[in-house]
Amino acid sequence: MTDNTQPAVSSFWNDTGKSGIASWVFSTDHKRIGLLYFYATFGFFLVGVLLGLLLRLELMAPGRTLMGAEAYNALFTVHGVVMIFLFIIPGFQGSFGNLVMPIQIGARDVAFPRLNLLSWWLYIAGAVIILTSLFTGGGPPDTGWTFYVPFSARTGTNVSLAVFGVFIVGFSSILTGLNFVTTIHRMRAEGMTWGRLPLFVWSLYATAWVQILATPILAITLVLVMAERMLGTGLFDSGSGGDPLMYQHLFWIYSHPAVYIMILPGMGVVSDIIPVFSRKPIFGYKFIAFSSLAIAAFGSLVWGHHMFTSGMSDTAIWVFSFLTFIVAIPSAIKVFNWVSTLYKGSISLEAPMLFSLSFILLFSIGGLSGLILGAAATDIHVHDTHFVVGHFHYVIFGGAGFAFFAAMHFWLPKFFGRRYAEKPALVAWALMFTGFNILYFTMQVLGMKGMPRRYYDYLPEFASLNLVATVGSWILVAGLIVMLVNLFRGLMWGVPFEGNPWGGATLEWSTPTPPPTENFIDEPIVTHGPYDFSGIEP
Amino acid sequence: MNEQQHIIGYKKLVGTWLALLALTALTVAVTRVELGGFKVAAALAIACAKSGLVIAVFMHMRYEGRLLRWLLFLALATLAIFIGLTFFDVLYR
Amino acid sequence: MTHHPHKDDAAAKLGMWLFLFTELLLFGGLFLLYAVYLKRYPHEFAVAGRQLDWTMGTANTVILLTSSLCAAMALTALQLGEARRAVALLGGTLLCAGGFMVIKYIEWSTKIGHGIYPGSPHLKSGAPGESIFFSLYFMTTGIHGLHVLIGGALLAVIGQKVRSGVVSADNYILLENGALYWHLVDLIWIFIFPLYYLIL
Repeated sequence: MTDNTQPAVSSFWNDTGKSGIASWVFSTDHKRIGLLYFYATFGFFLVGVLLGLLLRLELMAPGRTLMGAEAYNALFTVHGVVMIFLFIIPGFQGSFGNLVMPIQIGARDVAFPRLNLLSWWLYIAGAVIILTSLFTGGGPPDTGWTFYVPFSARTGTNVSLAVFGVFIVGFSSILTGLNFVTTIHRMRAEGMTWGRLPLFVWSLYATAWVQILATPILAITLVLVMAERMLGTGLFDSGSGGDPLMYQHLFWIYSHPAVYIMILPGMGVVSDIIPVFSRKPIFGYKFIAFSSLAIAAFGSLVWGHHMFTSGMSDTAIWVFSFLTFIVAIPSAIKVFNWVSTLYKGSISLEAPMLFSLSFILLFSIGGLSGLILGAAATDIHVHDTHFVVGHFHYVIFGGAGFAFFAAMHFWLPKFFGRRYAEKPALVAWALMFTGFNILYFTMQVLGMKGMPRRYYDYLPEFASLNLVATVGSWILVAGLIVMLVNLFRGLMWGVPFEGNPWGGATLEWSTPTPPPTENFIDEPIVTHGPYDFSGIEP
Repeated sequence: MNEQQHIIGYKKLVGTWLALLALTALTVAVTRVELGGFKVAAALAIACAKSGLVIAVFMHMRYEGRLLRWLLFLALATLAIFIGLTFFDVLYR
Repeated sequence: MTHHPHKDDAAAKLGMWLFLFTELLLFGGLFLLYAVYLKRYPHEFAVAGRQLDWTMGTANTVILLTSSLCAAMALTALQLGEARRAVALLGGTLLCAGGFMVIKYIEWSTKIGHGIYPGSPHLKSGAPGESIFFSLYFMTTGIHGLHVLIGGALLAVIGQKVRSGVVSADNYILLENGALYWHLVDLIWIFIFPLYYLIL
């Protein structure tokens, strides 16, 4: 039996004439860089899952189960830092943005291929620095991924090194955003007007703007935290005349828009997948495109909703609460348009579609709990409880995470030239969907009942629900394992994936599988929209 | 591919520089007078004028297309909004 | 397949401007903090600001404006095919940059010599607002100074490329972008100067 691990045809995997690891880690090909990002960010996702499992094991029963308070503080801090800064923020843009976007606009590569490679190396450098901070000095930071002062200025753990690592990762993010905006403006193929761009590209464009405009604020904030610790600047220290709330403002000015970096590409993937598996053009293309821009814009105005109980002025509280309700509108527009696309469509429930449909449900549930959080009065009751933790896992994991899995099933076969097996994919989805809801819905109930977040212990009355949630985490991870084994086996040794099995109408489906380094044999001339399926059969 | 070959002449550049020096002198003069809070506004206004000149002439923005100008406006508006919304807190505590 | 050599100067310039926006917002965070604390400590900021030497600040402003002029003229020179003049003008920019850093060094060492630096006992025992002013002063001028050094290094490298002919009248986007970066460094100082040296 011949070794089927490599695709037989000449493609970006083997048509450069170079081989070995150096041809990958020094490659300026957006597809290779995309895969490098994918391996790295997804690897960190798995690390984050492991940490999450440990957290749930500790919370399985009241009192000390596996670890004490200090270890627990470090654990949820690292879980957050890894998941947010090393997986979901860089992951979508870096992997699927890089892999797919240039092809979708009909370009050979991004505008600045060498800068793209630098972005990846900066990400790796930042990741290494963050990992180093876990094992050196005072040990892993225990402040939560939000690094609030005054604790982050005073704790003996390795905060300075960790935030420096995040700073470097942020720089990577800025360069990627800059690269993508330039690429989308300057490198669209002939006939690829803004009105014919796939909605995934629109979402990446909006995301890139957030990366450019918001990340620098994080950069200066982290530098100032290092200055507090190392120079004693006192800018956030009330004893020195500083204001701890200014840290919170600066931190959330970035970190709220950051959640739109996390979700917008996911929404873009869903907008691309649903038409394909409904055999219908997307309903309300312009609305979805502009809603991506609106979410990026309005999402930059709402950061104060993380600070309702912090001591902020009442004026600020109602201004931010009002703006938070406004930002829900463009997201709702997307949901209506997706559902309208499904209506009277010829729907096939394959893995990419299942993950996309569950995205809509899970993101909506998360969005609804967000309304409770966005209304300042009700937020006071649930702030800093597990209600918040449940909320953001619904939107980040059930939303962005499931969209990431959808993208994996949808696009990775295109780039590997082989596909996964369908039945195990559906089984995996079912396990994950079930486990996910058992884990996180229970968590929201716990939060509503008053269980605080970031505590390693809790009142005995919360014990049974915590046990239920932990069991949910095991079911979720079981599904994850099935999904990963299925994908790995399929992409390595599975049935060849040739032609256009999904029946997509966007440009990536018109190239050879896997694509050659140049992406296109002849430079494409675009004559129809991205969801015009006439003449295309799956 | 160079899309525009617009070259700004030495005279225009030196003229802009002289204007900038004049505005600098003005800033210093204005702030030597005891105007209280108005000092801040005046100095900032002159700083805006100076930066406008640097951006328009030295940085060539006067001769660039609409896209670049709109994007600059977007970046400045974003910063203004960040500061403005923060002041909803700071001003009313 | 028709394969254009990948040279898109408009893309390079757009990319550079996008990067400049990120620098604007980076310093913007510091200006945000300044605005907030000025509102809180108007009197202490005034007292502290008077301890800065406004003549040195003015000198540095003039120096940076002149350096910007040199950089802009260097670009014009190169576009007109006057490569040697361009190199000389870039040299002028670097000279100004050097002068700026010298004055900055003098200012800082004077302050530090008087016990005025972030976290110093003198500041800790004084009014909180003054301590905040000087923390902001050192952070802002420090990060700005870092950008002067980076910009200077960038222009030095570009100057070398002009000398060797890599950057020329037909291919000057690198100089254009380097000059844009330098002008940003000048722009930031245009705001630092009145806010720290003059308002108060």
